[in-house]
Amino acid sequence: MDLSNVMDIAGTALSAQSIRLNTTASNMANADSISSSIDQTYKARHPVFSAIQQAMNNEYGLGGVRVEGIVESQAPARPRYQPDHPMADEQGYVYQPNVNVVEEMANMISASRSYQTNVQVANTAKQLLVRTLQLGQ
Amino acid sequence: MGINFDKALGIHEQALTLQSRRTALLANNLANADTPGYKAQDIDFRQALQQASKGQSNFALTRTDARHLNGQSRYLSSEAQYRVPLQPDTGDGNTVDPAIEQAAFAQAAVQYQTSLQFLGGKFRSLMTAIRGE
Repeated sequence: MDLSNVMDIAGTALSAQSIRLNTTASNMANADSISSSIDQTYKARHPVFSAIQQAMNNEYGLGGVRVEGIVESQAPARPRYQPDHPMADEQGYVYQPNVNVVEEMANMISASRSYQTNVQVANTAKQLLVRTLQLGQ
Repeated sequence: MGINFDKALGIHEQALTLQSRRTALLANNLANADTPGYKAQDIDFRQALQQASKGQSNFALTRTDARHLNGQSRYLSSEAQYRVPLQPDTGDGNTVDPAIEQAAFAQAAVQYQTSLQFLGGKFRSLMTAIRGE
């Protein structure tokens, strides 16, 4: 039955989008967690999505979406000259994470919109399934 | 005299199956709205329904000998085609337009319910005929 596949597909999207929301929350929370060396500075994390092919048993071999992995942003950490800061290094610099707050906000809105859309998809599929089961009554 | 369900139920049974497949396809498009490189797909419903009502299995190769392998592929359906995007370059190769997909999904859901209504009506009239009330 393809309608239960619809719910599976929407479910994979919900979990992928919630991982995206989680990484965004982590990035936002750590936007100000400065450190005294570049290596220890928090790096922004982003999930990599890919389409699931041939995984489930429906007509087109479609299975929704999955998170392939979470990659750390390669953007450079931002040094800030603050010699009076307790965590400053010998040169007087502290290092801010490479989190772009504007980008993360846009990501968050996009993820929550996609999440809502997929909730609606799952809901519609559920209604159609229930009506199908009531057929002939 | 038996009741021939295929004749009694008409085209609605095939329409229902196709609509449910189409909702799965559109749900997959919506699920992959943020997947880089994903290409949105849809089916030509009229063509698919014509094929289904003729009893043609999609993408099956004609077997002229009993020893030929069955060439039907579940994953290479002839029905599913890639959508022509309104905005070809989105930066990451994704061609899903959520607005279009959502509208198409709503349309497929309504059409599914329509077919369901028709089928329900057929069943009710069969029941009336059986009871002879």
